Amino acid sequence: MKTSGKVWKFGDDIDTDLIIPARYLNTSDPEELAKHCMEDADPKFADKVSESDIIVAENNFGCGSSREHAPIAIKAAGISCVIAKSFARIFYRNAFNMGLPILECNETDQLNTGDSLSVDFDTGMITHQQTGNTYKTKPIPVFMQELIQSGGLMNHIRKKIQNNQA
Amino acid sequence: MGMTLTEKILAVHAGTDQVKPGDLINARVDIALGNDITAPIAIEEFKKSGALTVFDKDRVILVPDHFVPNKDIKSAMQAKILRDFAKEQGLTYFFDAGEMGVEHALLPEKGLVLPGDLVIGADSHTCTYGGLGAFATGVGSTDLAAAMVTGEVWLKVPESIKIVFSGTLRPWVEGKDLILYTIGKIGVDGALYMAMEFTGPIIETLPMAGRLTIANMAIEAGAKNGIISPDTITRDYVEQRAVRDYTFFSSDPDAGYAQVLEFNVNDIEPQVAFPHLPENTRGISEVGQIIIDQVVIGSCTNGRIEDLRTAAKIIKGHAVAKGTRLIVIPATPYVYRTALKEGLFDIFLDAGAVISPPTCGPCLGGHMGVLAKGEKAVATTNRNFVGRMGHPESEVYLASPAVAAASAVLGLIGGPDQL
Ligand code: SF4
Repeated sequence: MKTSGKVWKFGDDIDTDLIIPARYLNTSDPEELAKHCMEDADPKFADKVSESDIIVAENNFGCGSSREHAPIAIKAAGISCVIAKSFARIFYRNAFNMGLPILECNETDQLNTGDSLSVDFDTGMITHQQTGNTYKTKPIPVFMQELIQSGGLMNHIRKKIQNNQA
Repeated sequence: MGMTLTEKILAVHAGTDQVKPGDLINARVDIALGNDITAPIAIEEFKKSGALTVFDKDRVILVPDHFVPNKDIKSAMQAKILRDFAKEQGLTYFFDAGEMGVEHALLPEKGLVLPGDLVIGADSHTCTYGGLGAFATGVGSTDLAAAMVTGEVWLKVPESIKIVFSGTLRPWVEGKDLILYTIGKIGVDGALYMAMEFTGPIIETLPMAGRLTIANMAIEAGAKNGIISPDTITRDYVEQRAVRDYTFFSSDPDAGYAQVLEFNVNDIEPQVAFPHLPENTRGISEVGQIIIDQVVIGSCTNGRIEDLRTAAKIIKGHAVAKGTRLIVIPATPYVYRTALKEGLFDIFLDAGAVISPPTCGPCLGGHMGVLAKGEKAVATTNRNFVGRMGHPESEVYLASPAVAAASAVLGLIGGPDQL
């Protein structure tokens, strides 16, 4: 699996209130949430972002609440993957459970808004399309790869239920 | 090698004798919790899974505490999803308006979460129950859906950090100050993916309210869970209320820790966390002059009866400063009634406060005290992120009920000693 897109760069500790402010949590409709994605970090973000773009951040991306609205908003805004030095724990599991690809990479300080990247999820390799530089990411644990392969946690469970009923 | 109490609880729930940090386990959950923001997504996923009934109707708990009483049409629709599902599934513990309180204050109070439990909740402050000696962690709605179906959750066994508090507490220093101080020292990702185990002579004598406050904010240091070894204080608290049997676990003397931090509390004064991260802490003497528009006393961090008693003690005989609004939010109906009976409401009302029904309310900028552009608030809550309590250009300062109460009277951030 591969993706490529333009980088939108953010800093440390991008919390879930910045990703999707609580004032919009009276709905879980992905289209509605996408309109307000990253609004308090960059009010114009939802207008500027295009399909398959990539969010790049520094440490502790997604800290704060357990709201799955955060990965939902990011995914529905068209973002194809999030790359950060580290992720907050609940955001990390939510992303895997929902099928939003995320990668941990120590060198995100070398990436900037407007860079074009291609990302190979199988090898975990990021390539900077303008400079040709490559960056390594942390391998995804086998168990979580299985989750992704079954199409997220609920698909995994659906399969189990179907097998039990069969 | 020995195990920490976090590891022991996880091992038991995974049906094995031994786990070590990094192990991925599938564990049985004792309680799976959702609220009016996170449960609607979980319920939708549950339905799509093809499952017909939840794994155990006594162990799936729904609390619509964020926007109930329904604040607008959209949140009314969300709360209705919970109401309908609770009815259809015959859930034993669904707390609607009237019985509803802030989930993490309500569940311990009702004896629904207990020492030795493994609790998951689709709410990040589920870690609160670590104060009782449970393993409790926040998850997303999909995890909640999966647990509602299977009664299980996948977890990575966390490394543990041990935090030892010793010395003598200064006046007005309480659980909130200890956890704010700790987060100030290690940062908002200082315990990322880890278990924070709080211990030492100060914790051993700390009342349950303070323990719950400390465990509540473990997530603000990025931790998976916060935990305190259960003891006689725990027993006194749970004995009368427990709806099930419970087990006390404690860490082995030779358990492994990624890090041990020792703090002498003699050095710790009441703490204030400046905008916009809980790690931006300062001692009250270093705050400077910050005029405030609003004070909020409430939330799952500090909305218990002990917190209201502290606030009332300080406010008694004073009035809220002109130009400042004080909003007091008892976290549960029990807290509400007790405060009423003890005459605390008279003290608050005489001082000019607003008393809200139990709700998360302004804690997440929902309702009952949302901030306007440029406004500043002192809150006993747990997060001061950008826009957390309202307008993105408003500011939240986190503090204990004592500091919040004193600040309401002063009209600027200050401690009880300044009154
Ligand atoms: S009181 Fe605040 S932190 Fe606690 S559960 Fe409610 S919104 Fe979350």
